Amino acid sequence: MFLWPKQGISLNKLNYSIVIERWEDLLNGVLFTLALSAAGIFLALVIGVVGVAMHRSGSGMLRVPVVMFVELIRNTPFLVQIFFLFFALPLVGIRLGPTVTAIIALAINGGAYSIEIIRGGVDSIPRGQIEAGAALGLSRRQIFGDIILIPALRAVYPALSSQFILLTLTSSVCSSISANELTHVAQRIESETFRSFEVYFTITGLYLLISWLIMAALSTLGNRHFSYPNQ
Amino acid sequence: MPTEKQLSVSDNEVLIELKKINKWYGGFHALKNVDLTVRKGERIVLCGPSGSGKSTLIRCINHLEEIKDGSIRVAGQEIDKAAKSIETVRREVGMVFQSFNLFPHLKIIDNCTLALRRVKGIPRLEAEEFARKYLDRVHILEQADKYPAQLSGGQQQRVAIARALCMEPKVMLFDEPTSALDPEMVKEVLDTMIGLAEDGMTMICVTHEMGFARQVGHRILFMADGEILEETTPEAFFKNPQHDRAKAFLGEILAHH
Repeated sequence: MFLWPKQGISLNKLNYSIVIERWEDLLNGVLFTLALSAAGIFLALVIGVVGVAMHRSGSGMLRVPVVMFVELIRNTPFLVQIFFLFFALPLVGIRLGPTVTAIIALAINGGAYSIEIIRGGVDSIPRGQIEAGAALGLSRRQIFGDIILIPALRAVYPALSSQFILLTLTSSVCSSISANELTHVAQRIESETFRSFEVYFTITGLYLLISWLIMAALSTLGNRHFSYPNQ
Repeated sequence: MPTEKQLSVSDNEVLIELKKINKWYGGFHALKNVDLTVRKGERIVLCGPSGSGKSTLIRCINHLEEIKDGSIRVAGQEIDKAAKSIETVRREVGMVFQSFNLFPHLKIIDNCTLALRRVKGIPRLEAEEFARKYLDRVHILEQADKYPAQLSGGQQQRVAIARALCMEPKVMLFDEPTSALDPEMVKEVLDTMIGLAEDGMTMICVTHEMGFARQVGHRILFMADGEILEETTPEAFFKNPQHDRAKAFLGEILAHH
């Protein structure tokens, strides 16, 4: 026979006043998460583009480190990566605060996935485009920057966007090094009030809101830069 | 016997000199000891069955294809492995592709100014002025602010011609420029090419448009299996092809026209 636990949640006993009292902390958490994610996404995109440029530069010296980087990051847990940055780097004299560490960890992790995604986009560009650029006398680098990059990003923009949403959600892991983002704020409120359900229910909604905001921002950016008509 | 058309260019400087070009794709011998000399102002038509190496040959001229051995000299510059020599040659050689290859994310005007700005370092406003001049020449100036996808195939190909002309090349290469076009658009592109020919542009055209070949070609080269089997005037080629492969090819082509 199945018994309801005695200490189960009883909905009429929920008390959201605690959440309302701490709205300022929660708002700060939301803003911090948004800022952390925005910085992470921007840097991940930069790493993605530079990584792909290095990967297809034709030089093994540039390609091999990119391949190793992608392999390393994609095959290890994010939590371990962020702990490594936070706890191992100080041993070799690199001391970073939790915020900076969080941004770097998100950028590195998102960057590795971005490299793989953007590479797919680059591969989808017809050879004729590259040849047309070459025939006009453009260098390899100019062909990449002026001809390949925008159509390649456009081709994979939906995949890239969902990777960036994932990055945003992953930012909650940064609570583990006490970066002051939303999950960390929630943990603090919870430990002070023991109102677990109310707090986590609230931040679930807030994360949904954050994801929508980030998605809307990415769509706006996409429309601005990739709105040229289809062939 | 050289014709009048040919005599008019026979004393001009040599712009392109290919000597003993050989190219393989794996085990396939794509070009076999091909020699070709093109003088300034000369218009050459390359024809032959598909897979005969004609596209490969003109793509070697601006090093879109690497050759195994032989030498290529364009406007006095020998192509070697150095990137510098390749870039120098590409500045002098314009190319028009079968599938237009306009850059879809750039407006027509920007398609034309990209190389002017990046390769020649011309400031944007000046480059745009330049581009307008050539877009006007191919009668498509009014489309300057559209994107390639908003144009018809024929219009796109004319833009591609203007884009190449903006670099003021010494030679224009055409790689089956009308093959991907709907029939009603072929004429506008051929007319543009005829206009170029009348202005004295040096041209090498891979095409099956035999009317065009007859009208503007100084020489017609028939290729099959990676070799130039016949090299003569268009008049002689159409009236009296020598090689059996050429006869068969003409039979096929003309049956459709």
